[in-house]
Order: sequence, then structure tokens, then C-alpha cells
Amino acid sequence: MPEVTYLEALRQGMWEEMERDERVFLLGEDIGNYGGAFKVTEGFTQKFGEQRVIDTPIAEAAIVGAAAGAAHMGLRPVAEMQFIDFISCAYDMLTNYVATARYRAGLPTPMVVRGPSGGYVRGGPFHSQNPEAAFLHTPGLKIVCPATARDAKGLIKSAIRDDDPVLYFEHKFLYRRIKEDLPEGEEILTPIGKARLAHEGKDLTIVTWSAMVFKALEAAEKLEKEDGLSVEVLDLRTLLPMDDEAIMASVRKTNRVLIAHEDTRTGGVAGEITARINDQAFEWLDAPVKRVAAHDVPLPYAPTLEDFVLPQTEDLIKAARWIAAY
Amino acid sequence: MASSTAPAAAKSIPSGLSREQLLEIYYYLRLTRSLEERLVNLYRQTKVIGGLFRSLGQEGESVGSAYALDRGKGDMLSPLIRNLGAMLVQGATPLEILRQYMAKAESPTRGRELNIHFGDLERGFIGQISHLGDMVPVMAGVALTFKMRKQPRVALAYVGDGAMSTGAFHEGINLAAVQRLPLVIICENNGWAYSTPSHKQTAVKQLADKAKAYGIPGVRADGNDVLACYEVTKQAVERARAGGGVTLIEFVTYRRKGHAEHDNQSYQPKEQIAEWEKKDPVDRYVATLKESGWAGESELAAVEQRVQAELDAAVALCENEPLPEVGTALEGVYANPAVMETEWYRRANA
Repeated sequence: MPEVTYLEALRQGMWEEMERDERVFLLGEDIGNYGGAFKVTEGFTQKFGEQRVIDTPIAEAAIVGAAAGAAHMGLRPVAEMQFIDFISCAYDMLTNYVATARYRAGLPTPMVVRGPSGGYVRGGPFHSQNPEAAFLHTPGLKIVCPATARDAKGLIKSAIRDDDPVLYFEHKFLYRRIKEDLPEGEEILTPIGKARLAHEGKDLTIVTWSAMVFKALEAAEKLEKEDGLSVEVLDLRTLLPMDDEAIMASVRKTNRVLIAHEDTRTGGVAGEITARINDQAFEWLDAPVKRVAAHDVPLPYAPTLEDFVLPQTEDLIKAARWIAAY
Repeated sequence: MASSTAPAAAKSIPSGLSREQLLEIYYYLRLTRSLEERLVNLYRQTKVIGGLFRSLGQEGESVGSAYALDRGKGDMLSPLIRNLGAMLVQGATPLEILRQYMAKAESPTRGRELNIHFGDLERGFIGQISHLGDMVPVMAGVALTFKMRKQPRVALAYVGDGAMSTGAFHEGINLAAVQRLPLVIICENNGWAYSTPSHKQTAVKQLADKAKAYGIPGVRADGNDVLACYEVTKQAVERARAGGGVTLIEFVTYRRKGHAEHDNQSYQPKEQIAEWEKKDPVDRYVATLKESGWAGESELAAVEQRVQAELDAAVALCENEPLPEVGTALEGVYANPAVMETEWYRRANA
């Protein structure tokens, strides 16, 4: 089986869907002959032509709005934000126009908006963001955040086939750092709305997603070795709709929960997950639900500062020990 | 009898229109105005749930421009709040409009959206949202689909003098121009964006001049001359259909009512309103039809009668219809899941 990077898996997913369904097309900045800022769409113009791989002006609202119009008319657009930080320029279009289209007007709007998110890459405040919390609050959107190469492929394929608008937040730190054996010819379709048990455990659960999954796995390994703790790692994969069932099943099993995300703490997704656990599994808890998240500051550039602001494996270990000892 | 037939010495009709088409245009003009007048009555009886937005004085450009689209070829438009006339031309019915304003269960949006905010892909109109300018990128996407599928179809988006200040307008028209999409943008310059006059909206003297910034033609027409609006739109539509790309059209007109019915227009000079009342597009059109010998009194009266009868029937049909059942509020946010969860405190076992 060939080893495939996270980025290559994403490429393969889009490629296969474009081969399978001629309604699928791409639009975004520098995605054509140049192949995209991270080369995610390299070779796509040569294969599928300029009609289906459209280089656009620097205009995120127009990219998303035009994708919506094309989606109404029966196409399946995949819009790229060059860095996901720039999705804020299309916030109005996504939250007011796209997300409401089916509800207010019965308009089918099957489209994907995807782009590189996340830090740990010395990208500074505008090339490192994790915007999931800004959109979690909008009924009508779906949000996926793959952590593995398999899910990078499986979720982009499912997102393209989904009849609702899907935000696909890929993590640029993972692009070329993780590899996985993906069998050629296997149709990988990761279901939207289903979490993945990344590591089984019985003493404590870390609920997380995207690149933080790997820090959680590292922490689990260390805690097992050094403390004899059996730590479960739940990779949510989809944030909207959230897989409550999987979260509660793990809470009922371990009775102790740490939620870890790379985004800043206040108003972050961990707060929502905590509220859901409180609603649905309060009596199963043996300790308060705790969060590990980035400090509440814009993400700074200097390695010393970035490493301090973002959650690290040691932070997860420290927090997990506190919860385990409660 | 004599008056129902046009005089033999009638002037020739411009723009390739037939007498039947001229009467059809009159029908839509009259329907737009009379429907809004009915809505005013319903509003005063508190039967209209939200605000009421009038297009008084702008019906001419709205009807004239929409009439220039080819519905047989599948042309599409996106209206703004003062384009009731354009929507009626494109096939929206008075019954739908009345139900929308009164938030009825049977309204096209099932009571989810207000006034003329609704659409129908089959009939070729896509409902606006309140965020001005947003429909320009969306209609660029619609036009992109026409281009990709090599269909000879055209998209038309309406904006106002206010909407042209938005970023979405700029991004959308620029993308459409770069891609040479079959899109016509109509700017209805009615002098006012709510209470803000055009000179506080933009430093350009003529809004059509903004076309230069996008490398596309910008044309200007008298928005109260129905046939001029038809002609200039027709040319832009056929240019787009032939692969010529985007045209920006500015219709110079005037908003004779407030932003909405609640607005007393204290900021609009009374003499300005009176001056534009003399240029009323419907009155002017009727005068042109008569003077040119294109329609007689009895033909026009028959149209008026038809309109009133249709409106009587529509109002009678929906006035006492129920509002939507509450449970429907949770349906259709997504294709899947089809229904959203009821909050716990509303469930029987809470």
C-alpha cells in the first residue's frame, strides 16, 4: 500500500470526486496553473481544464457568493481560502447568505469551503487561525476538521457529496508531516457527524480534533508509561453536527474529561462541549470538565511566544494529571 | 368601439415590440402599483406583519428591464426590495406576494422570510437577502454556471445607489467582468438610501461611471421611461448572451415613498417629490400609448379591470389563511438532518 501524506490524501479526494462527478469544480486564488499556495491543486488545471479550476481575484466574498450561485444551479463547487484566516472576509456571505439559503428559500446549496488552518508553523496572527468557533454558532453550516490522512481524503469526498454547505478546515501543520497507508482503489468516505476513537482508554478522556489529536496521543502514551493512566482520545472529526453520542459514551466509560483545542479559550468550542456533557452526562462525572486551549491573545510570531501561547503536549499531561487526581 | 382599435396612423413601435407586448407591459405596471396599494390597505389594517416597502415611481424601470429578459431561454434575475414589478414579470403571483407580507403558512417561504424575499429557480428569480450587494456575487455564480454549461442564458442583478458602496458589489462585479460572464447589473439610482442622499454615498457624478473601474460598459437611462429602460436592458442582455460580458446600467429615478411605510420621509424635500410625481412612469407610459396610437382607452380600461379582479380574488383567497404551524420552524435548516431538535424545556418530559 502506498504511503500518502495528509496533503496528498486531500488532493486525491478532490481529484477522485472531480473525475467521478463533472458537476464538481474548484475556485480560489492561485489554484490554477500555480497549483495553490500549498500545491494542493497542483496538476488539476492540466487534468480538468481552466473551466473547472478557476483562478479568481482576491475576493473571498465573491468566491463564496459565486460558489453559492453555482451550487443553486446544480453544480458542486469547492472554494479554496488560500489561508483559512481569510474566511472572515466571507463571513457575511457564509453566515447570512449560504447558511440560510435552504431554510429561508428552499435553495439547494451543496458547496465546500476549504483551506489551511492552524498554528505551530510560525505563521503569526493572520496565517495560523482556527476559525471553527466563529461558524459553530451558525445553523445551516457543517464543519469538519480532519486529523488523519485517511480522514483528509474521506471527509473531503463526503463534504463534496453532501447536500449541505460544508466548511472543511485542514491543518497545514499536518500537510506533509503525517503519512498513512491508503490502499489504491479503495473508496474512502468518512461519514460527516461521526467521531473516531483514536485511542482506547478507561481512566480519562481527551476530546479533541485536528492537529491536537497527535498531542493528545503523545500525552496518552506518556501518561500510560509514567503514571499508569489509561487515557482515551476521541477525535471528533466533525464539529457541526457534533457527535454527542460518542462523547457521552466515553464520558460514561472514563468519568473524567479533558477537552483540548488549539483555538483560544474564551468562546471556544470546548465551552460548547462542556455544556453538552453537563446537559447529558452530569451524573457520570467524577471530576470537573477542564479545558486546554490557546491563551486568549492573537497568535504571535516569535517561536518563544507561539510555543508559549499554544497548548503543548506537556500542558495536556499536566491537565490530565490534575483531573485524574481530583 | 372605435377607441379600442389603434388609429391607422399609429407611430411605429420601437424595440421590436408588438401592441400585445405593450399592453402586457402596461398590465405589469398596473399590477405592481395596484398590488402595492392593496398592501398599504392591509398594512393599515395591521394584516401585514412586518414592514411594507413601496416602489412608487420606480415601477417603470423594474418592469421595463425585467421584460427585456427572455423567459423562454431561461434568463434569471435577482430583485431588490423595490423590484416587485420585476418579480411579477418573471412569474411571481400577487397571491404569493400577499401571503409573504402576511406571513401565511402557504407563502413561498412558509412564513420564514418577509415581503418579496423569495425566489423560484424554475421561474427564474432568486430571492435577495437584506445584506445589500450580496446578490451580485451570487448572480455572478449563476452566470458562471451558464458559461460553464455553454447555455445561452443571461443573469440580471438589481442593486441600488446604496448597495454600490458595498464590498460585495465590488467583488462580485469585478469577478464577473474578469470572467466575462453573461451578467447585467442594474443600478436603480433613486436618490436615497434610506435617508442618505446619493452625494453622501459616492463621490462620482454618475453611478454608471463606476463601470470604467471594471473595464465594462456603463450606460445610463431615464428610469421613468419604461420603453427606454426596456431598450437599454435588451441591448445589454443580448450583448451578454452573445458572449460580450457584463454591462452596468444606471436608471435615474426617484423614490417617492419613504424607505418603508413607517418612514415619514422628513428628509426628502417636498418639492422634489412633487417634481418627480409629474414624471410618474405609469402616467407617462399611458400617455405615450395613447398619443402614439398604440392602445385605446377601452383596452387600457380592460387591463385595469383585469388587474383589480385578480387582486380581489387573491386578497379574498389568502386574507384569512392561517399562519404556519409552530413545528415547521425546525424543518429544513439542512438537507440532512431534515428536522432540528426541540429544546429540552419544550419537551413533555422536561
